[in-house]
Amino acid sequence: MENLGLLWDGLGAALTPMNLLYAAVGVLLGTFVGVLPGIGPAMAIALLLPVTFGLEPTQAFIMFAGLYYGGMYGGSTTSILLNTPGESASVMTALEGNRMARAGRGAQALATAAVGSFVAGTIGTLLVAMFAPALADVAVEIGAPSYFALMVLALVMTATVLGASPLRGLLSLFVGLTIGLVGLDLNTGQPRLTFGVTQLVDRLDIVVVAVGIFALGEALWVAAHLRRKPARVVPVGQPWLGREDLRRSWRPWLRGTAFGFPFGALPAGGAELPTFLSYVTERRLAKRSATKGRGTEDEDEFGRGAIEGVAGPEAANNASAAGMLVPMLALGLPVTATASVMLSALQGYGIQPGPQLMTEHADMVWTLLASLLVGNLLLLVLNLPLAPLWARLLRIPRPQLYAGILFFACLGAYATNLDPFDIALLLVFGLLGMAMRRFGLPVLPLILGVILGPLMETKLREALTISGGDPAILWSEPLAVAIYAVLLLVLVTRPLLSRWRSRTESRIVAEAETEAVTEGSAR
Amino acid sequence: MTISPGAQPPRSTDSLEYTVSTTTSRRRRGVRAAVAAALATALVAVTAACGVTRGDDSADIDMWIPNSPGGGYDQTGRAAVGVLDRDDITGGDIQVTNILGAGGSVAMSRLMGEEGNERLMMTLGLGVVGSTYSFGVDARPHDATPLAQLIEEQEGVLVPADSPFETIDDLVAAWKKDPGSVVVGGGSSPGGPDHLFPMQLAKATGVDPKDVRYVSYDGGGPLTSALLGHKIQVGFSGLAEFEGQIAAGELRVLAVSGEERVAGDVLADVPTLTESGIDLVFTNWRGVVAPPGISDEARDRLIDDLTRMHDSPEWEQALADNGWTDAFTTGDDFEQFLREQDERVSTTLKELNLL
Repeated sequence: MENLGLLWDGLGAALTPMNLLYAAVGVLLGTFVGVLPGIGPAMAIALLLPVTFGLEPTQAFIMFAGLYYGGMYGGSTTSILLNTPGESASVMTALEGNRMARAGRGAQALATAAVGSFVAGTIGTLLVAMFAPALADVAVEIGAPSYFALMVLALVMTATVLGASPLRGLLSLFVGLTIGLVGLDLNTGQPRLTFGVTQLVDRLDIVVVAVGIFALGEALWVAAHLRRKPARVVPVGQPWLGREDLRRSWRPWLRGTAFGFPFGALPAGGAELPTFLSYVTERRLAKRSATKGRGTEDEDEFGRGAIEGVAGPEAANNASAAGMLVPMLALGLPVTATASVMLSALQGYGIQPGPQLMTEHADMVWTLLASLLVGNLLLLVLNLPLAPLWARLLRIPRPQLYAGILFFACLGAYATNLDPFDIALLLVFGLLGMAMRRFGLPVLPLILGVILGPLMETKLREALTISGGDPAILWSEPLAVAIYAVLLLVLVTRPLLSRWRSRTESRIVAEAETEAVTEGSAR
Repeated sequence: MTISPGAQPPRSTDSLEYTVSTTTSRRRRGVRAAVAAALATALVAVTAACGVTRGDDSADIDMWIPNSPGGGYDQTGRAAVGVLDRDDITGGDIQVTNILGAGGSVAMSRLMGEEGNERLMMTLGLGVVGSTYSFGVDARPHDATPLAQLIEEQEGVLVPADSPFETIDDLVAAWKKDPGSVVVGGGSSPGGPDHLFPMQLAKATGVDPKDVRYVSYDGGGPLTSALLGHKIQVGFSGLAEFEGQIAAGELRVLAVSGEERVAGDVLADVPTLTESGIDLVFTNWRGVVAPPGISDEARDRLIDDLTRMHDSPEWEQALADNGWTDAFTTGDDFEQFLREQDERVSTTLKELNLL
């Protein structure tokens, strides 16, 4: 393993006291930036650029690396505690994470997020170190048709999360897809559902929608019931990750990593889809083991704060952050805003990003990878003890707590663009969220509609523009064909399988059948 | 990021500070103190991150960037601010704010609303001009106060290394035979430079721009991977982001779009379009404008600052590092240039029925 040897040398270079200090500063700043709404890692690195011009490239990159992973982790803290995801990658974490926090298990949620991020980040970084050039060559072969197939798969999997009433679930999904339509048509420039408002032509930011519906909707709902319902104090749980939590977390961590890393390595992968796929997978698996009656303590907790629903998506989130380094280091491609800021920083040092980066500036690349590992470890050391402290934040009395949440949500919406319009938008989605709670509509399908709709549309139209409108292009790539084949197989065999099972195992008929009919997707 | 006390626009920062300080003053119980502390830390972190620590702010200036960190305007704007700052040319702090939205037209229309604000500048370029049209924003850049054009960037015609197109003539021939058979792409949405360039090239070579099959990608990264993965045949884009790929021999450049060849060893062998007998010069450019309605005095002071920045060795270095061509014009010349560009963009978009 030649690469491991190089990584070892990199570790030697990264582990000087000064470099460790820079890594620690980066991690700390990154965590702050992640916790603050409205500033992403890209913005933070851009702000730091002038400061780092005085530093050696290696040191600057060590700091950036810490900032990047720190920011990815920090985003989960507000998601879990305040239900206000700071970036699209931590939207899924908010779902179960916040439920856990309100059930007095905030410390565990934060801890499983921290350890999951560490595990995923470490595995991801090691994978980058070993396979980056080979992976990058494969990744560029994945085109719009394969992305589209992946979205179709994800959409079918949303069937799992439609909730108890499929009608309400679908209603919510279509509201989400409609919200996803808002903005300028990509090919013709035709405004859709913008009502002449300039701020709407850019499509709605998923973070504003999610924070509006999760946090603001929740706050308004609570406010509406404040006098009628007795205050429910958040119980005080134990402050650390118990053996049972660990037992339930380690598989989701690994599965999340397996989802996140390949997506991150794709040139247009992103973290939204893998976090979602990880969430849905964990939910299905939990349900399956619950219906099978195997492992009784594994009762399906989803919707009430299941640790698997935090561990999986958080790992997926960080693994995709690591995967992003593949196109960046192996091809010099800036596939995310953060990567393009880091690459422009490279140019500032007179280093030309490109395919030669890993050969011509090998020292720097390996030190960077090594410092990512170090930063990851520092992040864990820093955040694990902090988790119980953060979790106590929820013991603030409700009026003050929700006031704080509202403040944070508005600050985040305003800070990205300094435009009061975004706060108004947030309020509109808050009211929508409150109405959905009032009428028992599940919010998750809506969020998925907002995420999946625009992605699907972009990729479908990209594919069709390339082919000149010929739909045959949609199954022109091997990966796309494979996905459709699996999907078809599952859709066809699953009803048969469950019918056969219901005959043999009459004990679980009642539960399995309703499940199987409403959901037809991969297990 | 922009929340920092003491910088323009004062309204927003004051209200933020106010909110936080009232929270702090109410600390009675420990729990509340925790919230207050968290918020205060947040504010400190934000201000610290913005690097604002000074008292006198009479000479402070804002620089707006009409797209996200890492984008082209961001790189040019921050490079300019970096030089202005390092040599303390303006005598105050300069704060960079990214105003995202609608390809820059949100920032453009907000700049028009800042009439008379003499402590504000904005970076803009060809893409912003295009986006005001495609997003239907009625804000013409020459109606702001043009300060200076800073740089020019040539566009290039890129193909993967194993492409059958050896010269620009091969591409034109294939295009003329069947425009629909060549799938081209660029890193900008309709109205942006990478979209306008192939359309004007098509027109210059006698191909109807409406027949060009153009796929828009979200920036240089996705465009490169589409080229490397042979999803499209030809890419149109500024070349700075691609130099690594070109030097490594993974992408080839058929032609560059400027008046003269690009300097530097990687691109010096690539002919211009005019050398290849195509009558088209197309460059992407970036410059700085101020809000409309500022006094002549303020305008001259800002132009003077930018001129001093342009003359510094640091700026020369920044041009070299980023592969930008120096193209410095100020004041009325720049205004004239903006009018021509505006006219050219609207003509092209009209021909495509995109207006």
